[in-house]
Amino acid sequence: MANPVIQIDNLAFRYPKADSVCLDIQKLHADAGDRIFIYGPSGSGKSTLLGLLGGVLTPERGTISLLGRELTTMSPSARDRLRADHIGFVFQQFNLIPYLSVTDNVLLSCRFSARRRNNALASGYSLHDEAARLLDHLDIAPELRHRPVTQLSVGQQQRVAAARALICRPEIVIADEPTSALDAERQTAFLDLLSRECIAAAATLLFVSHDRRLASGFTREIALPSLNRAQAAQEAA
Amino acid sequence: MKYLLALSVRSAWNRKLTLGLTLLSISLSVALLLGVERVRQDAQDSFEQSVSGTDLVVGARTSPVQLMLYAVFHIGEATNNIHWQSYQDIAANPAVAWTIPVSLGDSHHGFPVLGTTADYFEHFHYGEAQPLTFSDGKPFAGLFEAVVGAEVAKNLGYRVGDKITLSHGTGDIGLSEHADKPFSVTGILAPTGTPVDRTVHVSLDAIEAIHLDWQGGAKIPGFAIPAEYASKFDLTPKEVTAIMVGLKSRAAVFKMQRSVNEYRAEPLLAVLPGVALDQLWQVVGVAERALLAVSGMVVVVGLCGLMAVILASLNERRRELAILRSVGARPMDVFLLLSSEGLFITLCGTLLGMALLTALSAIFAPLIQAHYGLTIIPKFISYDELGLLGLVMGVSLLASLLPGYGAYKLSLADGLTPRI
Repeated sequence: MANPVIQIDNLAFRYPKADSVCLDIQKLHADAGDRIFIYGPSGSGKSTLLGLLGGVLTPERGTISLLGRELTTMSPSARDRLRADHIGFVFQQFNLIPYLSVTDNVLLSCRFSARRRNNALASGYSLHDEAARLLDHLDIAPELRHRPVTQLSVGQQQRVAAARALICRPEIVIADEPTSALDAERQTAFLDLLSRECIAAAATLLFVSHDRRLASGFTREIALPSLNRAQAAQEAA
Repeated sequence: MKYLLALSVRSAWNRKLTLGLTLLSISLSVALLLGVERVRQDAQDSFEQSVSGTDLVVGARTSPVQLMLYAVFHIGEATNNIHWQSYQDIAANPAVAWTIPVSLGDSHHGFPVLGTTADYFEHFHYGEAQPLTFSDGKPFAGLFEAVVGAEVAKNLGYRVGDKITLSHGTGDIGLSEHADKPFSVTGILAPTGTPVDRTVHVSLDAIEAIHLDWQGGAKIPGFAIPAEYASKFDLTPKEVTAIMVGLKSRAAVFKMQRSVNEYRAEPLLAVLPGVALDQLWQVVGVAERALLAVSGMVVVVGLCGLMAVILASLNERRRELAILRSVGARPMDVFLLLSSEGLFITLCGTLLGMALLTALSAIFAPLIQAHYGLTIIPKFISYDELGLLGLVMGVSLLASLLPGYGAYKLSLADGLTPRI
């Protein structure tokens, strides 16, 4: 059987100089193709979880493995490479680098990962073709592609960010409140596009939001406050 | 790595206004530094080439620097003169090719008057063995004729044919005039950038002639010899102040120097002008080194400005750094991105500064040559300057590590979600 895409066991994390543990998760598991909605109001340890999954934070105890590889035993730069090769991120807003064009922002993911470049080339497309294809799917008109990203609307920016996360078929897409700057109508449209592309790419989607109304259409919903034992302990106290 | 540099350039371009101004300040400071170094070098060369082709300068025994000061720069006074007989003995030495006797002591509106012979215009060289040239007129031939240096002519507005009178002694005020024996200007020398420019040249005979009716530094009361009768007297000088000596073979210079220093009839001193000028420069060069130090500090200030600008931008760029981290940039990449920015700006600033200076010196070289006689050879870069620029780059490398380190720490602390 294939390795689980994400497997967290008995994880605890404490920020340097902090008194108490900030995140304490017994178990979190995701398989290929899962689309998981993680409900997390602010302060529930969302950012910390993302940092741990991205390999920029190291846990105090416990294990995190991505695609069968144990992050805690890897060197920081190996974790950086793993992140570059296998994870696409979409953030809340200001996702794009202001001095790069739309296409260059999308291709940014491939710049730091030879593996993702090769993924695209193996499918017989050039990187630019691949970027154009994804941008097409995400409804970014061709005439926008060479504009500075600062001229795009927030919705367009988020779709470009999604294209960057999805390009060259990473196994995992992590979205951190990507719709919070959009109005309700656009939120749904963006979610649909993101889900559709993740299904098409067979990527595991981790969608973190404080807004429970968005949870429909995911294969699973997890509430971070109940998952995070540190949080529960604090509330009990 | 290559992509990081491209990214760094594009990021810098995105902030082109602030960075452009910083770049400008760095290029100006580099141009200043190089300019000062270049002028310093040229001034030193020019100074050390105040005489060239002269193998020995001979005077009454004193210190070598003292001798150079009065014989070449006409500053201060000789403590003693050389007897005419000694001069003739030296001139008659078989190793000697030519001699230029010089007699000092009078002045004209503060400019020194130098009595010499027509050999002066033939044998006196300066710079890279350049002979004296006339911008107008010709050497003196008659008794009361004078050739003035470029600066004298310019400051006092002299032209060929003008009448001038000499003053007894040196200085500017309270001097008695040799008013009864006016000179006419027969020639004006082209600028040389040496003390020659500030000198009035007359013949040795003329120096004798104007002092015929003088004794002990004052005019003899009730006794005057009119100018037209002066030539009837024996005008052979009794003394000269110094002698410039050219040898037939440079190889004989130390032998000749020794023989002059051991001259029996009176105590004499022979110095090699290059060596003595070098010693003299050690003294007067201090100001120039101070100037260089100040312009070095201007460069440091420029680099500090650059660092401040980059560090200030760091906070605005936290989001950008987080995005780069999310797509797989290592903290080291972030460090390189920020460090290369400072280095890149300094490199551009340095190149721009060099270009600026080259352009400026190309434009102003003819003007400087015409006004100051300083020859500025339009060169792009010398070995010494390369060292200086290397130093600038070295300092900027050190300074650039600072924002790089700041970004490194920031990206480690922020991870993927900058707390703004």
